[in-house]
Amino acid sequence: MTTALVSIRGVSKRYTRGKQTVEVLSHLDLDIASGDFLALMGPSGSGKTTLLNLIGGLDQPSGGEIRVNDQRIDTLSSGALARWRARHVGFVFQFYNLLPVLSAEANVELPLLLTDLSKAQRKKNVAAALAVVGLSDRATHKPNELSGGQQQRVAIARALVGDPTLLVCDEPTGDLDRKTADEVLTLLQDLNRNYGKTIIMVTHDAKAAEFATHRLQMDKGALVAGEAA
Amino acid sequence: MKFLTQTLQLILINLKSIPGRWGATLVIVVGLAGVVGVVTALQSMSAGMVATLRSTGSPNRAIVLKGGSNSELSSFITRDQAVVIEQSESVAKGTDGKALASGELILIAERPLRRSNTDSNVSMRGVGAAGFAMRPEVKIINGRAFKPGLQEIIVGAKALEQFVGLEVGSSVQIRGSQWAVVGTFTSNGDAHESEVWVDIETAQSAFRRNGYSSMLVQLAEPSAFEAFKDGLTTDPRLQVDVLNEIDYFSSQSRSFTRIIGVLVTVVGIIMGLGAIFAALNTMYSAVAARTVEIATLRALGFGGAVVVLATIAEAMVLALLGGAIGGLGAYAFFNGYTVSTLGAGFTQIAFSFRVTPSLLVTGMILSLLVGFLGGFFPALRAARMQIATALRAA
Repeated sequence: MTTALVSIRGVSKRYTRGKQTVEVLSHLDLDIASGDFLALMGPSGSGKTTLLNLIGGLDQPSGGEIRVNDQRIDTLSSGALARWRARHVGFVFQFYNLLPVLSAEANVELPLLLTDLSKAQRKKNVAAALAVVGLSDRATHKPNELSGGQQQRVAIARALVGDPTLLVCDEPTGDLDRKTADEVLTLLQDLNRNYGKTIIMVTHDAKAAEFATHRLQMDKGALVAGEAA
Repeated sequence: MKFLTQTLQLILINLKSIPGRWGATLVIVVGLAGVVGVVTALQSMSAGMVATLRSTGSPNRAIVLKGGSNSELSSFITRDQAVVIEQSESVAKGTDGKALASGELILIAERPLRRSNTDSNVSMRGVGAAGFAMRPEVKIINGRAFKPGLQEIIVGAKALEQFVGLEVGSSVQIRGSQWAVVGTFTSNGDAHESEVWVDIETAQSAFRRNGYSSMLVQLAEPSAFEAFKDGLTTDPRLQVDVLNEIDYFSSQSRSFTRIIGVLVTVVGIIMGLGAIFAALNTMYSAVAARTVEIATLRALGFGGAVVVLATIAEAMVLALLGGAIGGLGAYAFFNGYTVSTLGAGFTQIAFSFRVTPSLLVTGMILSLLVGFLGGFFPALRAARMQIATALRAA
C-alpha cells in the first residue's frame, strides 16, 4: 500500500450567506498518491474549486482533516499556512494571474523571494524554470507582450520554480484555444511523467482531463465517480 | 531580512503599477499638495510677521511706556518723567557725555495704499538725534535725513513700497500740514521700515503734543536691564512699564500669530480631513484594482503584514510627493512675498512671507501622517481579504 501524499478525511466546507448556511463539501474522503496527475471534474457549483483551494491551503475546512505529506494543514494559522503554501504548493490559475508590471522572469522569481536563496541562485532557478516551459527567449517580456499560452507557461514556470510538493491548477486551459490548451496540458503531463510532479487539476473540459492519470467526478459537494487512465 | 526584501519588492511592484492608474493616484498627490501648500503658506505668513517684529530692537535697548499701556500709541510720557528716566544710572552715555535716551512720539497718518488705493494708517515716529545714534541699523539709502525744525520726513523702505506718494521729492499732507519727503531709510528689514520718521521737536510743535509716547534708552550693558527696570518701576514719580525693546516688538505680533495659529489649525484640520478621505479613496481604489494581484501574492505565500506595509508605504510615497510639491510650491510662490497688515497699533506693518526649512519639514510630516492614515485602512482590507474569494474576482 502506498502512502497518500494528500489525505482528506471527513472534510466539510460550509458558507453562511445571511441566515442561510450552504454546505459546499460534505464529509469528503480522498487520497491522492505522490506522482499522481488528478483531474477533478464536475458541473459548476459541484465544489471542485473549493476542494482544490482546501488542498492548496488557500482556505480552511469547516470540519474534517487534511494532511499533505503527513502534515496536518487544516489546523495551521493563517501565517503558518502562508509559509506552508510558499514551500509546498505551486499554483496555476485560469487567467494566469501574472503581475502585469513585472517581466516574465520577475514574475517567475516571486515565490523565490520568500526563500533564503541568493540573488544569483534565484536567477539560476528562474532560468531553469523558464527553460522547462520553453520560454527562455521571452524572459524579459512583460505579460502583455506574450500570448495567452505563453502567459500560462510563465505561470507554470512560477508554480514550478520553488520545486513544490504539489502543483495545483484551477482550470489552467479555461482561457485558451484547443491547440494552445493541448500544448499547456502536454507540458503539465511532461512535468508529471518526467519530473515526478504531483498535479491536481480542476477542469470542465473532458479532453483536458484525458491528459491526467486519474479523473474524479464531483457533484453537489461529494465525489461521485472516479476512473484511472 | 527576508521580510524586508519581500516588503521592498512589493513596494516596488506597487509603485511600478501606478502609471496604470494615474487618475486615482493624482487625487492623493494633488490633494496633499494643496493641503501642504496652503498650510505652509499660512504658517510662512505668521513666520514672516514674527521674524520682522522679533528682528526689531536690540538687547541693549529698553523701552519705557506709561504703566498699563500695551503699545506706544496708547502711552504717554511727560517731559518731566523723561528727564527722570534719562538720569537713571543704567542708561549709557554718548560720546558727548549726554544720556543715550530718545523720547519718541508715535502718531497715525493716513495714506492711500498702492494695492487698493484706499486709505490706511502709517506710523509716524518723531525721533531726535539720540534716536539715530542709538539705532546704527538705520541707514539713509536715498536722499538725506530730515533737518531739525523743518517739516521734513524720511520714509521707511517698506512704507515706500506699500503707500502712494512717499517718494523722495514728494510733498505730503499729514494732519493738515505739508511735509516734504527728503529721504528713504532701511532698518535691517525690521518694523521701523513700515514707518515714516520726523524730527521730534517739529512733530510736537506741529501736532501740539507736549510730551512723548515712549522713551527708548541705551543700556550701559544688557545685564543692566533689571536694575534699570527696578529703578524706574519703584520710583514714586513714575508710573511706567519697562520692557526690553525686542520683547516689546515681539509682543506686538502675539495677537497676529494667535489668529494665524487658529486659522492654520482650522484650515489644516478641514483640509487635512479632506486629504485623508482623498487618500483613503485613492488607496481603496488601488487595493480594489489590484485585488487579484494581492490575492495571487498572498496565495504564493506573501504574508498579510508585508501586504499591509507595502500598501501603507505606497500611500506614504505618494503623500511625500504631494507634500514636496505643496511645500516647494509654497516656497516658489510665497517665499519673500511682501504684504502688509494692521499691526497692534492699528498701523500697517509690512513683512515678507518666510517659508523656512522647519515649515517645509512640518509640511512633509503632515503629509506623511495623512498618507499613513489614508493607507492604513485600505491596507488592512487588502491583508484581510479572503484569498480564495479574491482570486475569483479575476
